[in-house]
Parts: sequence; C-alpha cells; structure tokens
Amino acid sequence: MSTQMHAITVTVNGKQYSRQVEGRLLLSDFLRHDLLLAGTHVGCEHGVCGACTVIFDGAPVRSCLMFAAQTDGHRIETVEGLAADRDHLHPLQQAMRDCHGLQCGYCTPGILMTMKVFLEDNPNPDEAQIREALSGNLCRCTGYQHIVEAVQLAAERMRK
Amino acid sequence: MNVATRNFGAPIRRNEDPRLLSGQALFVDDVELPGMLYAAFLRSNVAHARIRSIDVAAARARDGVAAVYTAADLGDYWAPGPLLVPPPPIEGITFNQRTQVPLAKDKVRHVGEPLAVVLAQSRYLAEDALNDIAVELDPLPAVVDLEKALTGEARVHDDVRGNVAARVRQCRGDYAAARSRAKHVIARRFHYDHGASSPIETRGIVASWDARANQLTIWDTTQAPVFLRNGLAGMLGLSERQVRVIAPFVGGGFGPKIMLFYPEEVVIPWAAKRHNCPIKWIEDRLEHFFATTQERGQTHDAEIALDADGRILGVKDVFLHDTGAYNPYGLTVPINSQCTLLGPYVIPSYDSTFTAIFTTKPIVTPYRGAGRQHGVFVIERLLDIAAHELKIDRVEIRRSNLIPPDAFPYNNEIIYQDFAPLTYDSGNYEPILDKALAMIGYRTFLAGEQQKLRAQGRHVGVGVACYVEGTGIGPYEGAKVQVQANGRVSVATGIGTQGQGHFTSFAQIVADQLGVEVPDVDIVTGDTDQFYWGAGTFASRGAVVAGNAVNEAAKAVRQKILKLAAEHFECAEEDLEIANGEVSVTGVPGQAIKLGALALKANPMRGAVKPGAEPGLESTQYFGPPSGATASGVHAMIVEVDPQTFALDVLKYVVVHDCGTVINPLILAGQIHGGVAQGVGNAFYERLVFDDDGQLLNASLADYLLPTALEVPHMDIAHTVTVSPLNPLGIKGAGEAGAIPVGPLFAQAIEDALGLLDRDVELNEIPLSPGRLFELTAKLR
Ligand code: FES
Ligand code: FES
Repeated sequence: MSTQMHAITVTVNGKQYSRQVEGRLLLSDFLRHDLLLAGTHVGCEHGVCGACTVIFDGAPVRSCLMFAAQTDGHRIETVEGLAADRDHLHPLQQAMRDCHGLQCGYCTPGILMTMKVFLEDNPNPDEAQIREALSGNLCRCTGYQHIVEAVQLAAERMRK
Repeated sequence: MNVATRNFGAPIRRNEDPRLLSGQALFVDDVELPGMLYAAFLRSNVAHARIRSIDVAAARARDGVAAVYTAADLGDYWAPGPLLVPPPPIEGITFNQRTQVPLAKDKVRHVGEPLAVVLAQSRYLAEDALNDIAVELDPLPAVVDLEKALTGEARVHDDVRGNVAARVRQCRGDYAAARSRAKHVIARRFHYDHGASSPIETRGIVASWDARANQLTIWDTTQAPVFLRNGLAGMLGLSERQVRVIAPFVGGGFGPKIMLFYPEEVVIPWAAKRHNCPIKWIEDRLEHFFATTQERGQTHDAEIALDADGRILGVKDVFLHDTGAYNPYGLTVPINSQCTLLGPYVIPSYDSTFTAIFTTKPIVTPYRGAGRQHGVFVIERLLDIAAHELKIDRVEIRRSNLIPPDAFPYNNEIIYQDFAPLTYDSGNYEPILDKALAMIGYRTFLAGEQQKLRAQGRHVGVGVACYVEGTGIGPYEGAKVQVQANGRVSVATGIGTQGQGHFTSFAQIVADQLGVEVPDVDIVTGDTDQFYWGAGTFASRGAVVAGNAVNEAAKAVRQKILKLAAEHFECAEEDLEIANGEVSVTGVPGQAIKLGALALKANPMRGAVKPGAEPGLESTQYFGPPSGATASGVHAMIVEVDPQTFALDVLKYVVVHDCGTVINPLILAGQIHGGVAQGVGNAFYERLVFDDDGQLLNASLADYLLPTALEVPHMDIAHTVTVSPLNPLGIKGAGEAGAIPVGPLFAQAIEDALGLLDRDVELNEIPLSPGRLFELTAKLR
C-alpha cells in the first residue's frame, strides 16, 4: 500500500488542519491518532459496525473506509463537534442520556453522527424508519430499543 | 433516623453519559504517550502444526522496527498461564490442566495462536514487518469434531489421551429407580452452539514502564484489573504496588475480557519494561475472532422421566463440551450448563455427566450466560416435547413442575461454579409465568387468533420459556467512600465497568446514605491505585457484591458524619438529619454544617485527636455473600415465519424478570434489552463456522451476523420482586438473564408457527437460521 506522502488541508469541526499524510493512512487513524480526536471509534475497520462514522461534506461516511489523503479540501464533523461542551449537549446527545440509549458508549459516536444527518433529512420519522436508518450501526450492549426511543425524543424536541 | 430512598429504585440518568456522549471518555486505544512503540502479532494460519522454524531476521532489519520477539527470546519469562478457576471439589472428577502460552513454542494449537511479536514506530510498520517473517510449520491433523476427538489419533496435547480435558459426574437422588417407575421416558440429542461475544471495542493494552519511579502502568480492556495487576507483578518480579492497572472505559466485555492472561497481556508489559518505553497493542476485528476467547458447542444426549401427569421424576444427561485448545477457565462453563439445566423445576433425580474436550479451536471461556443457555435449552426442549407427546399444554407442564414458593431456600444437592451446593436463595416462580402469559396474550392467541391468522395464510406461533440464573457469587468486593472538602463524595471500587452503569447505580446508593445528589458522587472503578482489592466484573455480580460493599462503606461514613456533627453541635445523634449536602439539627433553623466543612473538621491541622480516631470522613468496607443469589424469569414471544424464505418477524416479545430489589429500573431494562439482543443473535443469526481443518470461515462482521436494529424486536419488560436474603440490599444480579432462554424460545415458537411437532420435525439445535430451517424441514417438501 502506498507510503507516499500527501499534503492535505482539511476542516474538522470548523477548524483547519494542514498535515502531511501517508497515502495509506486511514481517515479513522488520522482523526484519532494524528488530530487526537479520539471520540471517533473503530470497531471493525471493514465498514460494517459504523462506530467510525463521521460526517463528510454533510453526509455520513465510515472513516475506516476512507484515506486521510482523500479529505483534502473537504469538511468533516466528528462527535467532538456536536456540542459546545459537556453541559450543553446536542438534543440527540441529551435524548440519548435521558432514554439510556448508551451503555459502554463505544458505538455511540457513530450512532450520533448517523442519526444527526438522518434527522436533518427526516425530522419526523416513525419507529420503522428509525430502525432502518440505525441498521448500519452495530451496538452490542443496548438491544437498540432505548436508542430508538432517544431518536424519537430528539426528533420531537428538535421539531419544537 | 431513617435513610431516605430518594434515589434507590429510581430511573436516574447516568453520571457517566456526558463524557461518553461528547467523545471524551478514555478508552484504551485513546492512550497516546510520547515515544510509544506499536505492536503487531504474527499468528498461526493453521489450526494444528509443529513449528519447525521462525526466521525473524528480515523483519528485524526493516526500517522503523524496534524489535521482533519469539518464544525463544522470552527465556525464563515464558510459562503457561495460570489456572484461573480450579475444578470444584466434586468426587471422582478428571481434570487435565493445559493453559495457554505467551508465544507458541513447539506447536500451534489453534488458528490465531501468536508466534511472534513486532514492535515498530507505527502499527502500519509493525504489520509490514509481519510479512517479512518466515515460518515453517509441519501441519498436523486438526481436532474439530467432538466425538472424533475422543476416539481419533490426533491429540491437541500430546500427553492427553482422547483429548479429554475433564470428566465430571454429578447426581441427585436415584435416576435409575425414577426411570423404572416412569410412565414416559423421552430421550433426544441436542446441539447448542454459543458464539463470539463481539464487543464493539476489541481488546487492547498499553504498558508504560517508568524507570525513574520503578513503576509499571497498564491500561487494559480487562474486566479484572486487580487480578491482572497481581499476576503481572508476580511474573515480572515486581511487588504489587509497583504495578498499576487501569481499566478505563471499556467498550463492552460480556465475559471474554475477564480472561487472563491473554498472550498479549504477558508479552507487552515485559517488552515495555525491557525497552523502557510505552507500547501499545490493539486487537483488530479479524484477530478478535481467533485471539479472544469465545463460547461454542455442546452435544447433549438427554432423557427425561415423567409420571402419567407430566410430573418430572428425573433427568439424565450426558454431554460433550468443546473447551478449545486450552482450559484456563477450568470448568465454569460446563458446570453452569450442568447446574442451570435444573431450572425452576423440581427434578427429584438427576444424573449428569460431561466430558470437556480439547480441540484445535480458539479457547472457550464464559460469554454472557456462560454455559447456562446450553442447559436451559435441554430442559426447555425436553418439556416441550414431553408436553406434545403427553398432550399437555406447554405452559401447564411447566407450571406443574415449578418449585413451590414455600420450598425456599431450595437445595438442588449438586455443586455450583462457586464450589457451594446449588441452593436457590428465594423465588416465587408462578406469578412470573402468569404475568408473562397475560402480557403475551397466550390463551387468546391459542384459543382463536392463531387459527384466524393461519386461515389468512400467515404462519404465526407463540413460545414461552422459563429459566433461573445463579448470580452475584463471591468471593468479595470492597469500596472506599470519602467525603471531599468541596462536599462531593468520591467512591472507589476494585471492579471494572463495561457499560453496566456502575457510575450511577453506586452513586444512587451513596446519595441516599449521605444526603447528597447523584451527580455529586464521583465513582472510580477499575484503577488498582484507587482501590487495591477486588475480584472483577463477572457472573452478574457487580451490583450485588460491589453494590453491597458500597452500601456498607456509605453507612459507615454516615455514622462518622453523625458522630462528628453531634460533637460539633453538642447534641444527640438522633437529633440530626442529613440532607441536601449538609447535616442539620432537626427543628433548629440555622444549625447546619456542610458535609465538606465537616470533612475538613475531621482532619484538623492542630490539636490532639482522641486515641483510636481516624482522620477524614471516609470508610473502606468489604462485602462477600455466603453464596450466589438466584434470579429467575420467563420470556415469551409471538413470531411470524415466512414458510418460503424462513425469514422471521418477531411480532411481540415479553420479559418478566425477578432480580430482587432493583437499584435503577432504566439501567436494568438496558441490561435485559442487551441480553435479549445477544440471545436473538445466538438463536438465529450468529454461527461460528469451522471447517474440518479448524479454519473459521466467517471471521468478519460481514459474515458473522450480529443482530441490527431490524432483527432485535421491541421488548415489553415487567418485574416481580423476591428479595435476596443473602445481602442487605436484597439484590440479585441481572447481567446475563436476558440472553439465557432465547434459544429454546425461538425453537418452540418457530415450531408452533409452522406446526412442526405435529409433522414430526423438532428443532433440537441452536443456532437456527433460514438456511438451517430449510434443511430441517426438507422431509416436509
Ligand atoms: S470501524 Fe468503520 S465501520 Fe467498523
Ligand atoms: S453501547 Fe456498547 S456497543 Fe453500543
């Protein structure tokens, strides 16, 4: 795999970073270990679990399936950019807490980023639609029920 | 004065969530230290072989590589791991201890067994160097099938004949006599396969040696930090105080993360000390399927003897258990299967023998349920088949055999995994069954609904399954509770946490005792420098054992608060009340002192203290239950099966559960949901497929199917409460219950939906799948 270096400039959570990266460096590793934004988690590195999901130019993508070098000139949002600080959570984060939508919390950042875009596209989803939208993210702890409830609650609060 | 239970029993939001939700919780792979090296392991790609040679010269020469080690380099440090759980004291037992090694020396015994480790400037470079290592292996025949393992030539361990890891017989009463009296005897063969726990976070370890302080710090995804520290100190010739193990936030455990010592946990700390720099190893998902322990299969030849009315006279069971290449966890899994088979039923005679067998597959250790599923499947299926043959309702045959409420404590007269006789502390099973039947609508469904649906061409069936779960076993846990000068309360315990909400449930206990709010209580778990003693998070014991230790420590601090405040106000302790973070004299406005101020008073700068007085408002207490507490429950579901594709649609799923006193119903519901989800995976989606060469054919999350939000049904949960007399809080554990009865429930409900028993098709194996249902129903086409 390519070890050639590439210069990139990428905007992550509104902040610009310029870095030299190896061609083969995964976006997930770049975010976690180069930019020290470790909130994006890695569960499989083969595109199935969804834990590594970030928002790339407004669309959810799996950061383990992209190279850092592909992000030059693009805009990325990660879980660290969802809320200003721990005391002012995004409505999705707040609803996840209120409904006990997380246990170990390892899958949670990927689910938050996936659901953020989903609710922007579909502000008033029913349970079946939420389950469908969630089905690309694996959670081994919660059995999903409280996550579904949290997304419903967040949608309701965000519509107000 | 009484302690208010404002928080205990309430659905309180979790303290740990803001950190987790904002991406700020520390997981092992988040630890980055200057000068760190990254490790990658070379693993065997065959199941069974003699190692002829391993040539690492080229790998060592690669740029960016700091070192490459094989077993030979470990010298005297190389040793098989410890036996974590010795066999229980059962007469006539056979047990052959063969534990895993840090790096394979003469032989490899399963795919994924580590052969060498590379340390490099990055994980990418370390993996590059793995390709430079030349290994010569002489393949040996794999040992995969359990029955062939017993009789075949191939041996996993050259000196263990028949690959017998253990043989255990446990009996109660006289089964032969019961059988000769019986009106009906039903015998069947059952296969039950459990799978890979697959937490979304894989395993990992970071080790850092500080030569100046002579101190080793380890971050590890372990469920048992204290044991890890003790073992590492012993292996490395350090004292325990020189080793600090931190289990930070851990992304799910479910059992396999309690295994010690994984080869990586032996090698990485040793290398960190040798290189005097931090070293990180993170397991990737492919490695996880081989290098992390899993559960697998058992084959049971079981029979049940009944009288004319369907009363159980006895059960006989002979089973084979796949223990994998090594058996560091002793007999916990098969003993659980043996014991849990008895379920909530009166089984006056029982004759159970198992043989644990070494195979050339990954190591088997407990995974959520820990063998209980296998036993529950056997008894529940036997009862279903008996009901059908005796023409009794499935539920009524269960009801008539339940242990009556006045029979507790109920002694099953065999030995459990905690070495104590299997005694159920308390329970009341019939109300659980009735509640579940009412919630699922059992009678109305069978009395007409099902028929109506069938007339519309829909194949819908109902299932009901019962279980008990031994929880909260010893030996003990401890906790330290301390009031800080700023009024916050800090609590430390020795257990680790993998999402069970300990930061909140323990805070609820403390908040009630000390009159503070839940968010004002800071919990530390899994840091051996914060709390020295403990055993770990396993066997649904965290809330029971550590929870009671926290309660005892909080009670002791409460006494100290009252004593000191009584001196301060020169009043009697009975005149004081603790609430809102302060102690006040009842009925005297203005006479109050904040807990933080009182804590400062408890640590004076000058003056004499009375002999025997301890500084501070703090206490450390321990709790060890005399034996495990037995939780129980019933699951019921209504499922629709597509008779062409065998796709399932679970229309309704009900759990009624009794785990004694409930600390936090929200957290409890989450535990049950998660357990059921894993049970659903086990019942219908997850199967580890090994070929005859011992190769796992589906080692990726694309092929090993964890259930998604589309497969896991909505669940309705209800509770009954019989408190446990074995601990002051009356708690029973709940961590594993959700996962236990799902297999037999699926088998029964699918049979019902397709009317299989009437057509002589029985579903006597788990996991099922659409493909497997197609095969099993072949004779109907
Ligand atoms: S880590 Fe990217 S999808 Fe699993
Ligand atoms: S909360 Fe643990 S994986 Fe989802």
